[in-house]
Amino acid sequence: MFSRAYRAAVTIPPLMWVMVFLVVPYFLMFCYSFWSVSASQTIVHSWNLDNYRQLLTVNVYWQTLLRSMGIAARVTLFSLVLGYPLAYFLSFHAGTRKDLYYQLVIIPLWVSYLVRAYAWKTILGSEGVLNTLLQYVHLTHRPLEFLLYSPFAVVLTLTHIYTPFTFLPIYAALERIPRNLVEASHDLGASPRQTFWRVILPLSIPGVLAGATFAFVLSLGDFLAPALLGGPSGIMISNIVVSLFGAAYNWPLGAAISLCMLALVVSLLFLSERLEKKWSFS
Amino acid sequence: MAATTNSVAVNTVTPVVASLLSIRKIAKTFGKNVVLRDISLDVAEGEFLTILGESGSGKTTLLRIIAGFESATSGELWMNSERLDHLPAYKRRVNTVFQNYALFPHLSVEQNVEYGLRVEKQSQTEISARVEQALAKVKMTAHAKAKPSRISGGQQQRVALARALVKRPRLLLLDEPLSALDANLRRQMQVELKSLQRDVGISFVFVTHDQEEAMVMSDRIALLRMGELEQVASPREIYSRPATAYTAQFIGHTNLLSGEVRNGVLQCSSLAWKTTRGDGPALLSLRPENIRVLTENGSARHGESVVFKGRISNRAFHGATELLQVECIDGLKFSVRTAHRTDSAGELEFQFDPADAVPVRESAERA
Repeated sequence: MFSRAYRAAVTIPPLMWVMVFLVVPYFLMFCYSFWSVSASQTIVHSWNLDNYRQLLTVNVYWQTLLRSMGIAARVTLFSLVLGYPLAYFLSFHAGTRKDLYYQLVIIPLWVSYLVRAYAWKTILGSEGVLNTLLQYVHLTHRPLEFLLYSPFAVVLTLTHIYTPFTFLPIYAALERIPRNLVEASHDLGASPRQTFWRVILPLSIPGVLAGATFAFVLSLGDFLAPALLGGPSGIMISNIVVSLFGAAYNWPLGAAISLCMLALVVSLLFLSERLEKKWSFS
Repeated sequence: MAATTNSVAVNTVTPVVASLLSIRKIAKTFGKNVVLRDISLDVAEGEFLTILGESGSGKTTLLRIIAGFESATSGELWMNSERLDHLPAYKRRVNTVFQNYALFPHLSVEQNVEYGLRVEKQSQTEISARVEQALAKVKMTAHAKAKPSRISGGQQQRVALARALVKRPRLLLLDEPLSALDANLRRQMQVELKSLQRDVGISFVFVTHDQEEAMVMSDRIALLRMGELEQVASPREIYSRPATAYTAQFIGHTNLLSGEVRNGVLQCSSLAWKTTRGDGPALLSLRPENIRVLTENGSARHGESVVFKGRISNRAFHGATELLQVECIDGLKFSVRTAHRTDSAGELEFQFDPADAVPVRESAERA
């Protein structure tokens, strides 16, 4: 077997990494969330639950949290609606072009997130591509305001960015379905539509769950898209955390909100993993 | 053995019993690769027909064309008076037992069996009754609620069978359904499957590469070689009167003797016997069990028999019989199957009846 030195050499560096960059920061954040800030902008190390109380009672915090969850839910829904048919088409009907289409879906992931967000800004702005076009064909007479700096813009951008993340696990799940099950279903008299609902969809549920989890968790924590395209009505919870740690200099409250988000995300991941196990048969 | 009488012809089939499925000049090519070449074959009502062939012979492709998973490049499929090849798989009254069973992993045994009835939108009472009956028939009632991953290969096999039979198809297709089972279970399932087929009385088209399996189960065997039918006949006939050298070698074990007929005498190396055949080259198949060892105290020589001398160069013990490799002085080699133990290391005398040396055609060379 492997020598002690070898095992130490391969395990200690990553463990150190996790300790220094994950465990310690989370522990510090945990401590901060129970401290407070004095009037003179210094951290007071007195343990209390004020930050959590504020999160629940101050409207702007819990409302923004709810809105973020609403945005994340819509992004999840739309990327499933886009990603599933795409994955289904690629897996079952793309034939020899399968690999080409797959690459086409993946290529946008090579482009920087920021570039894609800015691209939407130029498309959706009042002087943007979309408004110019709409006015040019006389569908509208003045720029549509709701396109940019709105939750709409955030949902649209995040859907665009995270659809490949939902597509990938769904595609993988569909590819894993043995094709003779589809043949068996047809053989037993089920039409293609019945086969989809009774065989393909149930067997792809683990992929759908994984994809939905990706889309929801990633967009829930997003702060660039709302900062660039959200405007005041499209602010998300991460933007509040950023400003609390930055301009507002209220690290304790920022830490408390972050920890709540973390708890939410971890329980979601846990739940999704449980469900995926329940739906996988092998 | 009704089929024995109605399948005298070789390669062209003229059924006496009403044919259920009629395969007419089916051909299939994948690109430049010719997989099936003008296959014509009829399956009679209630018949157990085996499509036998080596891997790559096109047997599975033929089955998939009948089932509707693959479309033929040319040719027609008829079931009674209905044209089948234009229908999608789900509209054909044909069901398949797949090689790896293809049970739905997310459904229980019971749900798998009722699947075909649910999609037909049968009434709940009808479904329950038929599923129960089907599960009882394959002795799987006790496992009705189990998921397919929790039951053994043999049990999965039974469920796949029940799932197909519950649809009451007119024709059941079986794609090497026993190949995943171990030898003992396989022999047991062969017998069960055959008696089940007699019991339900529907036609089975069974695909296998195992000639022994084909012999045990079939009413008729259709031997496929490189996309063409080599011979279609009952097991007994295909064994005792193989049409070609390939058939003779593929089905059972044989000695192929090539010789020449001149003036009513067939000459094969040092051996010669009288024949009624016309002059020309001759190819003969002589089964190892048709050659007898003449012991010293001597079983009587018949006037008709051919006798040769040889030395045993190798022997393989098969339990009930022993297969001997015999070498003659002039270089001729024979396989001889004997039920008696022959220990002699010296030269022995062997004998066969020339009537047992069946003339066969040279198998066509195909690329």
